[in-house]
Amino acid sequence: MKLTKLLTSAAPAFALALGLATSAMAQDKTKVGFIYVGPVGDGGWTFEHDKGRLEVEAHFGDKVETVYQESVPEGADAERAITQMALQGADLIFTTSFGYMEPTLSVAGKFPNVKFEHATGYKTSDNVSVYSARFYEGRAIQGHIAGSMTKSNVIGYIASFPIPEVIRGINSAYIHAKKVNPDVEFKVVWAFTWFDPAKEADAATALIEQGADVILQHTDSKAPQAAAEKAGGVITFGQASDMSEYAPLPRVSSIIDHWGPYYIARTQAVMDGTWSSVNTWDGIGAGMVGIGEISDAVPADVKASALALKAAIASGEYHPFTGPLNKQDGSAWLADGEVADDGTLAGMGFYVEGITGDIPN
Amino acid sequence: MLTLEKRPQPSKFWTYMTPLVAVIVTMIAGGMLFAALGKNPFTAIGTIFWEPLFGEFSFYYRPQLLVKGGPLILIAIGLSLGFRAGIWNIGAEGQYIIGAICGAAVGLAFYPAESWIIFPLMVIAGALGGLLWAMIPALLKVRFGTNEILVSLMLVYVAEQLLASMSLGLLKNPEGFGFPGSRNFQQYASGHNAELITGSGMHWGVVAAFIAVIFAYILLNRHILGFHIRLTGQAPRAARFAGVNPKLLVVFCLGASGALAGLAGLFEVSGPSGQISIDFNSGYGFTAIIVAFLGRLHPVGILLAGLLMALTYIGGEIAQSNLGLPAAAIQVFQGMLLFFLLAIDMLTNYRIKLTNRRVA
Repeated sequence: MKLTKLLTSAAPAFALALGLATSAMAQDKTKVGFIYVGPVGDGGWTFEHDKGRLEVEAHFGDKVETVYQESVPEGADAERAITQMALQGADLIFTTSFGYMEPTLSVAGKFPNVKFEHATGYKTSDNVSVYSARFYEGRAIQGHIAGSMTKSNVIGYIASFPIPEVIRGINSAYIHAKKVNPDVEFKVVWAFTWFDPAKEADAATALIEQGADVILQHTDSKAPQAAAEKAGGVITFGQASDMSEYAPLPRVSSIIDHWGPYYIARTQAVMDGTWSSVNTWDGIGAGMVGIGEISDAVPADVKASALALKAAIASGEYHPFTGPLNKQDGSAWLADGEVADDGTLAGMGFYVEGITGDIPN
Repeated sequence: MLTLEKRPQPSKFWTYMTPLVAVIVTMIAGGMLFAALGKNPFTAIGTIFWEPLFGEFSFYYRPQLLVKGGPLILIAIGLSLGFRAGIWNIGAEGQYIIGAICGAAVGLAFYPAESWIIFPLMVIAGALGGLLWAMIPALLKVRFGTNEILVSLMLVYVAEQLLASMSLGLLKNPEGFGFPGSRNFQQYASGHNAELITGSGMHWGVVAAFIAVIFAYILLNRHILGFHIRLTGQAPRAARFAGVNPKLLVVFCLGASGALAGLAGLFEVSGPSGQISIDFNSGYGFTAIIVAFLGRLHPVGILLAGLLMALTYIGGEIAQSNLGLPAAAIQVFQGMLLFFLLAIDMLTNYRIKLTNRRVA
């Protein structure tokens, strides 16, 4: 009796499993897929992309269906994961890590009718757009606060990979720390990971032991925040996500990635049939980069000047890379008042003058 | 009261039944796990096992089973030789990495020259790399009696550090915008381990895996060396009387498994993966241990077990994106498979007996 019951309930379930794929093709919902490099609960990079996905769902309601796959390794497995989404009838796929660049292009070639959006990359094609945020604008504000608040004049920086995006962030933070505090010194640790709590905690602890009383991070976990809290007397900034549970100290502010509006706009474009391949690079002004609340641990005058800097960047009145600036080797880069062009910034592979140490290669 | 009684002879029936029962029990326990996560267990299990084979898009997934299963089978075949003789190479992951590095280095050294000879040279370098890496635990064991389990496992972490250093330094793509990782072999015809028939998933690594299955079968069943391996595992003392040289056997078993793991690494780096990168290794060397045991250390069994494991990977990915199952749940599901296999394996050597409590 029981067995037959089990079997009769199993049969429609199998049929359902089969039908799932076929119905995906026939429906009129727009299907949007997301490929994540970390777990959705990383509290940083992937967490914010997933928040963007949920904003898409909230905005369009029944008109969209979203799917995602988390912790997808960059390489052969990524190509299969992306292909699978395209096969399952996704109309638009966001691949949210630099390492998905080649797999995204390769799959896009096989599915000309599916639209692809690759985050932080530089290669586009007819159905592949790239998008990224001008995080360096947020870094300028971090550098300003860090330079103003450091007592040891040593600022620790946990960097991930030596790619232009990360190098840009270091330069921008350094320039603005130096502006308010000429004695400031940067110590950079390369973690070679986007997300590895243990490694990030080690890096933070090592930097604190070397005298750093400010930790900036370009990795996604909250481990550096916890390490700074434990050490005491150290301030940090939330990365990718607000990390407000560490406010008001050690976390005094943050850079928040805000992908929702972009994801909604691109989904709308697919629905309207107006999607075209673009290269988007938005910052504070467009709302893609958010500055988390500056906590009360920051002196009022520093907070006011930081907010003024934010307003100036948002309005386009001030560009974080404005001359006079020299490269690390002392050669001239930007003349007085000259503003860096996007091409140079996109491929930035050098430190500005004053930063010690080498970019690994 | 239930007690366990040792069987005079391992049960033939249970030797073959264990993997099947383990798979079924895993399905049941996994189904309960998925139900606890709020998913329909029948849909979830159905998606994992049915969709890749007979679903609408099986034309894409079936070849992927070969791509994913090939390296698992190749490595597991090598491991099974040692495991049969009681020689435990746990460090196939490290040999896999070193094989990939050596093979890729040879290929990249020729870049951008094009010649048919480049790929065969890479294959040889890959096998040699894995072989030499496995020789470290082998020679240390033979010479100093060290434990090959510990040495081979620790060498995995050394290999991972080497891999990171290679992707950042010596083998880094000079045109890669500073991002770690080597040139992509998919864009270098002479070094590319391409699909032999487009869309079939068959690349040289899969061919090598099938050849390895055949050779291992012949070796174990028809060759004196295979007899020595089996004998050493079953009765070490008898083996010595039969004239088996245990040291030579250690060197052979570790060497063979290292070379096969190195080959798997080379075929992966020059094919599906395409490049040396910091996280190039994705655990094939460790998963192959499960595959070897799931396949009862028998070549044909390993072939089937490798394909089954690949099925859970690919089906698991489909379940993730279709049903929103978390990645961790799929990993737990795969872990259960080995767990239940080992638990049920007890029935091969023991039988469950109902006894009267009062009988002392």
